[in-house]
Amino acid sequence: MSEGIDEADRPQVLEGAGTDLFSKFDPLIELRRSLLATGQEDPFSLVMERVVSPTVAVCNGRETILLGTYNYMGMTFDPDVIAAGKQALEDFGAGTTGSRVLNGTYAGHKAVEQALIEFYGMDHAMVFSTGYQANLGIISTIAGKGDYIVLDIDSHASIWDGCKLGDAEIVPFKHNDIEAMEKRLKRIPAGAGKLVILEGVYSMLGDIAPLNEMVRVAKENGAMVLVDEAHSMGFIGPNGRGVAEDQGCLDDVDFVIGTFSKSVGTVGGFCVSNHPKFEILRLVCRPYVFTASLPPSVVATAATSIRKLMHGSNKRAHLWENSKVLHQGLREAGFQLGTAEPQSAIIAVIMPDLERGAAMWEAILKEGLYVNLARPPATPANMTLLRCSLCAEHTAEQVQTIIGMFKRAGAKVGIIG
Amino acid sequence: MDRAATADKIAALIAPFNKKEVPITDATTFAGDLEFDSLTVMDFVAEIEDAFDIIISMNAQAEIETYGQLVDAVVKLQG
Repeated sequence: MSEGIDEADRPQVLEGAGTDLFSKFDPLIELRRSLLATGQEDPFSLVMERVVSPTVAVCNGRETILLGTYNYMGMTFDPDVIAAGKQALEDFGAGTTGSRVLNGTYAGHKAVEQALIEFYGMDHAMVFSTGYQANLGIISTIAGKGDYIVLDIDSHASIWDGCKLGDAEIVPFKHNDIEAMEKRLKRIPAGAGKLVILEGVYSMLGDIAPLNEMVRVAKENGAMVLVDEAHSMGFIGPNGRGVAEDQGCLDDVDFVIGTFSKSVGTVGGFCVSNHPKFEILRLVCRPYVFTASLPPSVVATAATSIRKLMHGSNKRAHLWENSKVLHQGLREAGFQLGTAEPQSAIIAVIMPDLERGAAMWEAILKEGLYVNLARPPATPANMTLLRCSLCAEHTAEQVQTIIGMFKRAGAKVGIIG
Repeated sequence: MDRAATADKIAALIAPFNKKEVPITDATTFAGDLEFDSLTVMDFVAEIEDAFDIIISMNAQAEIETYGQLVDAVVKLQG
């Protein structure tokens, strides 16, 4: 037995105490320490002191263009949205202090569910307190013991945690690989319930799924299909319903999961469905029942925003233009990008390693631009990424400024020639 | 397929993933001895699943730490 006490994989024994439960975090603590010891500004402790608009904030004392929020449609400062929130705060108070199934359903919660029903043209909508809880609740509740969940390996953490909370058999397949998905569906024992889980836009690289093909194959094999459209709602598809709408397969999707914390511009999550028995979930879905409902001001802002997004086609067109211009500009500057063509409002710039990624992140921040630094395990294939997410409120001029900032920072850090 | 034949087939499938050519016994562990990270595990499991036309769910994978346990699991899953 080794005498070493600093080995990260061995629990450190404290004098007069039991095993320190925090020893398991030692490798991460050390990684952070060594990164920050170089004088690197901490990418995970940024504070926005003032928010000027959907695209500009004062961060760590600097006026900064925001290129890392999920405020795709710029609804956070929409005057109608703000007014609805203020009115609800006045009329219904600061919070509900109750569960949706007891005393936490106000008129506003029903109104936002009705707005979702109309937005998606579906029969039922159920609103959760966050998007994370929507996935957690729906997945863990509908797929039970003996059922099989077949899901893309690059699924979001909330999907994996929903799988972990439930009792179904979990079967992942290679990212966007239709054949790998089909093979696994065909191997599931006869009579078992099947749920296929896909995302419209995968948020790390900003790539989309071939949903039309995948949903067809899932249906041919007797599976129900759940699609998380968190990063596509409001933007992709003729009515902003997401990738499934854009590819013409929304009618075959059994459950759409979405969030209010991206294009809608506030916080909350939801599931919409045409399943005739859908409403029973309100009584059996624990992450829905055993938590407080959203504050009245939040559901009022969400409902107003969703109704405005129904008529957002001009904004959608401008956001696509922004995405195309930024993608082309960064590609021509010599950066390696996550997708060959822009597929969403997310453009991922691939960094050679964490050290240079963090240095590039800091150089960009000092230029006056905020992007997200993403690193394993959140990223696929152990990649370090600078993730840019565009907003419909970014002006064409801002996009050109952003490209210039990337070029200067990239040359300084030595990422591009 | 009996245990010996199953073990032979798995041994052949492991080879390309066994970069350091670690000698394989029933007690060889995937995480420790073979140093498989989560991405390698995914690719390797997919190879085994396709070769035997079976599903090794993540629930089942959680119980498999050694080569011997994998062979036993595959024998069982083939029915």
